[in-house]
Amino acid sequence: MTEPLLDVQGLTMRFGGLLAVDGVDLTAERNRITALIGPNGAGKTTIFNCLTGFYKPTAGRLLLRHPARGPIELQKLKGYGVARTGVVRTFQNIRLFPSMTVLENLLVAQHQALMPRSVFSFAGLLNLKGWRAAEEAAVETARDWLRRLDLLAVADEEAGNLSYGMQRRVEIARAMSTNPLLLCLDEPAAGLNPRETRALAELLVGIRAEHGIGILLIEHDMGLVMDISDHIVVVDHGARIAAGTPAEIRNDERVIKAYLGEPDADDVATAGGGAH
Amino acid sequence: MAAPASTSIPVAHRLRDAGIAGLVAMALAVPFLGLRTVNLDQGLVVQANLAYVPLAGAVVFLGRLVLGLLAAPLAKAVAPLAAWRPPAAAQRLRAWGGPLLVLAAVALPFLPFANRYVIDLGTTALIYILLATGLNITVGLAGLLDLGFAAFYAIGAYTCALTTTQLHWGFWPALVAGGLASSLFAVLLSLPILRLRGDYLAIVTLGFGEITRIVILNWQGLTGGPNGVSGIARPTLFGLTFDRRAPAGGHTFSEVTGIAYAPEHRLIFLYLVILALTALAAYTVARLRRLPIGRAWEALREDEIACRSLGINPTMVKVSAYASGALMGGLAGCFFAARQGFVSPESFGFMESATILAIVVLGGMGSQAGVIIAALFIVVLPELARGFADYRMLAFGLAMILIMIWKPGGLLSGRLPTIRLSNAKPKSVAEAA
Repeated sequence: MTEPLLDVQGLTMRFGGLLAVDGVDLTAERNRITALIGPNGAGKTTIFNCLTGFYKPTAGRLLLRHPARGPIELQKLKGYGVARTGVVRTFQNIRLFPSMTVLENLLVAQHQALMPRSVFSFAGLLNLKGWRAAEEAAVETARDWLRRLDLLAVADEEAGNLSYGMQRRVEIARAMSTNPLLLCLDEPAAGLNPRETRALAELLVGIRAEHGIGILLIEHDMGLVMDISDHIVVVDHGARIAAGTPAEIRNDERVIKAYLGEPDADDVATAGGGAH
Repeated sequence: MAAPASTSIPVAHRLRDAGIAGLVAMALAVPFLGLRTVNLDQGLVVQANLAYVPLAGAVVFLGRLVLGLLAAPLAKAVAPLAAWRPPAAAQRLRAWGGPLLVLAAVALPFLPFANRYVIDLGTTALIYILLATGLNITVGLAGLLDLGFAAFYAIGAYTCALTTTQLHWGFWPALVAGGLASSLFAVLLSLPILRLRGDYLAIVTLGFGEITRIVILNWQGLTGGPNGVSGIARPTLFGLTFDRRAPAGGHTFSEVTGIAYAPEHRLIFLYLVILALTALAAYTVARLRRLPIGRAWEALREDEIACRSLGINPTMVKVSAYASGALMGGLAGCFFAARQGFVSPESFGFMESATILAIVVLGGMGSQAGVIIAALFIVVLPELARGFADYRMLAFGLAMILIMIWKPGGLLSGRLPTIRLSNAKPKSVAEAA
């Protein structure tokens, strides 16, 4: 892969006097899992928010090489426009549509594909054949992802009534049913038990193998990160301090210092655990 | 909600609670009951009559005490009501509910007890159902609180009134114009308030509602100000009027059909037209809920940030929700104008917005059946209670409080999924798996 799918150069985000992200470079490639790690408050989620259009970066260039639309500078798009290019995210604190069913959540995700087929809702109102076919196809896409994430049994349940682990899976299924180019996952393993985390790892590896998309991952579970990542970028205090393969990162002195220097006992434990 | 086991609250606590209520009542009773203005020869004088003050205190003290003792048994008695769900068999009837209701409504004017008054009441109820169906899109589905919905009602009514009286349009083109004008106005209004949400949105929409009414009141040249507009065109059936005598060059319904002229015909016709349009509106909303736009409305209510992360443009979703809601509000306004033959600004005050919102909230946000039940309740109940004269609004208020205690989510609070995987037929399982 000569040209990376996503090329972030000099990403800077300033909130008043606070420099949250300071000139971070980052690349994400197709068929690769790129992990973004760093101690709490390092600016990982801010980078995600800039990338997915929720913040407008103070400086920097976010270049997406879209196979059909050519190179797109994401920082110039409106918030919802980024998702339309195929850069789709999940959230650290899950954001489902809680009183809609799981299936409805997945159909809302396909809004962009379905909207033109409903022809300003007229074809839909008249229940024309073209619209019915489009809706059936959307349901099939949803059914496919529900099956892969083992959610078929709860497809007609309200999303808000599901367990935490299931809600995480629904959010991934929802993101995947938009047919993304780059899937950005913000701490997908947070709150999952070891068994669920293993299933998540298998799923991500499966998606990488089959769908030809890039995966960008923020994660604190070092075991998961070291197991499945192809490339790791470490940030601390808003700046990139290291990048490389899991083996390189594991032995990088700056990374060890950044984690051990944190007073947060949890981070030390997870960083130490990953080193074995 | 319901207080747990009344016996657990000590008597001393109850007495103190009732005592405080009594003291508050006495403090309030001094200006309200204790002082009285009397018109004597030497002018208006204030007479003190403090005998009522301890009486008010005692009544409130006892009332509070009795209420405290009754609250828990009462809550226990009505608990099964709150948990009541329609039986499974009723679910199958749901598909037939709409058509049956429409049939019953069509039959209403031809029933033996149907007189002018009943048909008129039915028309009023239908206008409110149409209004609440529109507001239900904005508030119930898209979750955008709107306290100024009467503005769209007013714009529809005045568009109809002015196009028929000034431009001499017929009712039908005026109806279309009213709906579109209202919708267009909603688009313009929604643009500046897109960033607001929750309380702030409610306050701004309240302001827009009042501004619209005040503009209508003061734009004497166009709207006639407080005098209103009269002589609004009545609806016609393919050009046939329902008057006693045909206008120049026209024909009346009774001439052509041979049915003897009766003044009720016009009322019945108007009722049936509103019924048809309301049924169409309800059907359209039910269909829209199953379309991408309707799902986007509900998704916006649930989580705007998640919508953006999925590439949904919240601006378009909000504008379309306002415009669709206002379209129905405008159509309802046209019918109101055509029925009365006269419009004036005081028909579109804040009370009107509040009533429509009450129907939506009382019915259960987002529920079409709930809107119909609540509209009937709000329109018909005060009429039935006319015998109570001045106390009917009191009884009405009490009924609303009781419903909100028993059914805090509205009469029909459960949300129906727009699609079920179990109902969607799998295309070819073998190929997908």
